[in-house]
Amino acid sequence: MSTRLLQLQARLERPGFTLAVDLALPPRGVTALFGPSGSGKTSCLRVLAGLEPTAQASVVVDGQVWQDSAAGVFLPVHRRALGYVFQEASLFEHLTVQQNLRFGFDRTPAGQRRHGWDHGLELLGIAHLLARRPHELSGGERQRVAIARALATSPRLLLMDEPLAALDAARKAEILPWMEQLHQRLDIPVVYVTHSADEVARLADHVVLLEQGSAVAQGPVVELMTRLDLPLAHGDNAAALIEAVTCGLQSDSGLCELRFDGGTLLLPQTRSTPLPDRTPVRVRIQARDVSLSLVMPEQTSVLNILPATVIDLADDGPGQVLVGLQVAGAGGGTRLLSRISRLSCERLGIAPGLPVFAQIKGVAMVR
Amino acid sequence: MLLTPADLQALGLTLKVATLTTAILLLLGVPLAWWLARTRSWLKTPLATVVALPIVLPPSVLGFYLLVAMGPNGPVGQWTQALGLGLLPFSFTGLVVASVFYSLPFMVQPVHNAMESMGNRPLEVAASLRASKLDTFFSVVLPLCRPGLVTGVIMSFAHTVGEFGVVLMVGGNIPGETRVASVQIYDHVEALEYGDAHRLAAVLLVFSFTVLLALQLYNARRLRTTRA
Repeated sequence: MSTRLLQLQARLERPGFTLAVDLALPPRGVTALFGPSGSGKTSCLRVLAGLEPTAQASVVVDGQVWQDSAAGVFLPVHRRALGYVFQEASLFEHLTVQQNLRFGFDRTPAGQRRHGWDHGLELLGIAHLLARRPHELSGGERQRVAIARALATSPRLLLMDEPLAALDAARKAEILPWMEQLHQRLDIPVVYVTHSADEVARLADHVVLLEQGSAVAQGPVVELMTRLDLPLAHGDNAAALIEAVTCGLQSDSGLCELRFDGGTLLLPQTRSTPLPDRTPVRVRIQARDVSLSLVMPEQTSVLNILPATVIDLADDGPGQVLVGLQVAGAGGGTRLLSRISRLSCERLGIAPGLPVFAQIKGVAMVR
Repeated sequence: MLLTPADLQALGLTLKVATLTTAILLLLGVPLAWWLARTRSWLKTPLATVVALPIVLPPSVLGFYLLVAMGPNGPVGQWTQALGLGLLPFSFTGLVVASVFYSLPFMVQPVHNAMESMGNRPLEVAASLRASKLDTFFSVVLPLCRPGLVTGVIMSFAHTVGEFGVVLMVGGNIPGETRVASVQIYDHVEALEYGDAHRLAAVLLVFSFTVLLALQLYNARRLRTTRA
């Protein structure tokens, strides 16, 4: 596994659009490029892949210089050890699933192969589809085959351009568990383009926020999701992500307990087989599910109540305020978001520094 | 025997011309179609227009210019003489050359359309899967454009079988050399041999109908299997 950063400096001019980014991305895990359409997410991905030959760019992957326009270095796409998954299923219609998987594998130099063409079969659950033609597959199956096909070339970098965007909600739900699995088992960096905050919460470790061709912020997803100055923390799905570990099964109550930096959370046991102790999980707490109280609420049905301190406030639509909270903890604590009405905010005198109790009505395990 | 030996000879010659023409068109027309589909050169539109010309031009006009060009004082004629090939008009070779021009759009257009409608995506996918450009052309572009290629081959072949005006201008009427089936029918009618003309004409009618029917069935079946 590499510890060297993935570097991308790019400048690309288009009529009415300029991409100018300078990114150093972690060598492992999923980096989401997040932003509205036209923000340059896909352009970044295409520059990384070498699909934009007119871009002035410098691309260094795993210590190898793929592109250095200033020095006249440009490795053509087919010589870059990358996998690319496009938004729409792009399987070769004239080939079976197995032939699609072998297409890239057969063209990968033997010395660069780190696993067989069938590497992704089990990882993506497509072994039963080998003899089929692409038009006989569902949208979700096609995308899974496309991912396995990209992995069969033993890439050093996996690029995914909104791979779920063309799927309906049911297909998305079907493919997401595979994507999460993939995330845990891949030892190469993944750059994942999306405009869905939900996919960011579920899949990403690191986020780059793009707007009008430049990166406005980047960092660990847990931090960026709750920064009130960034668009990720706004909108109906504003939420905090918390990394936690399972501890103590309370199977008699049907709840499981999670420990995080700042306390514990109880949430319904929804899995058919409970997770073993000390499994790292990620939970999401939506801002709209967190209400505030100045005194410790008693005789309430809410299970999870955490003492916290108000850190910052931001307007969030008509009559609504988004409150950033900090729950104290040994490792620096954990940040939460709460969306309350402006009226409540004024009545309670919510201001930075105020100690409050956060009542959490919903916790969802996203990973 | 229903057909005279001369009829059979004319039919054999027709098939020979059409087969050779189609083969040459595959070698020339497919790369030309690929160039037209990929280029951003200003030459694209003028060249595409020239390729389409034989569809609307009277065959006698096309034949006339080819005759002049390939004649002893024409640029092509000078060149073939310099190379020691002699003159092309009124020879089998000249007939094939003329047929290639005459049937060019019937090969280039369907293949070009198939290549354009395929779009860039399969090429980018192939490149991301380590395929070079040449490799991509043979392992992705040609297979994906197969319907266009099948249409191009069938239409070029059938169109060459049916040519008449260009043959008369460039090839004349030399038995075994340039007297193809359509010219043979004309000869029968000139000689008031209506029975012979009928029989040969029927052969060409059945041939054309069968070929076009096969093409229609192929396209219908393809639409059924890809619409899923």
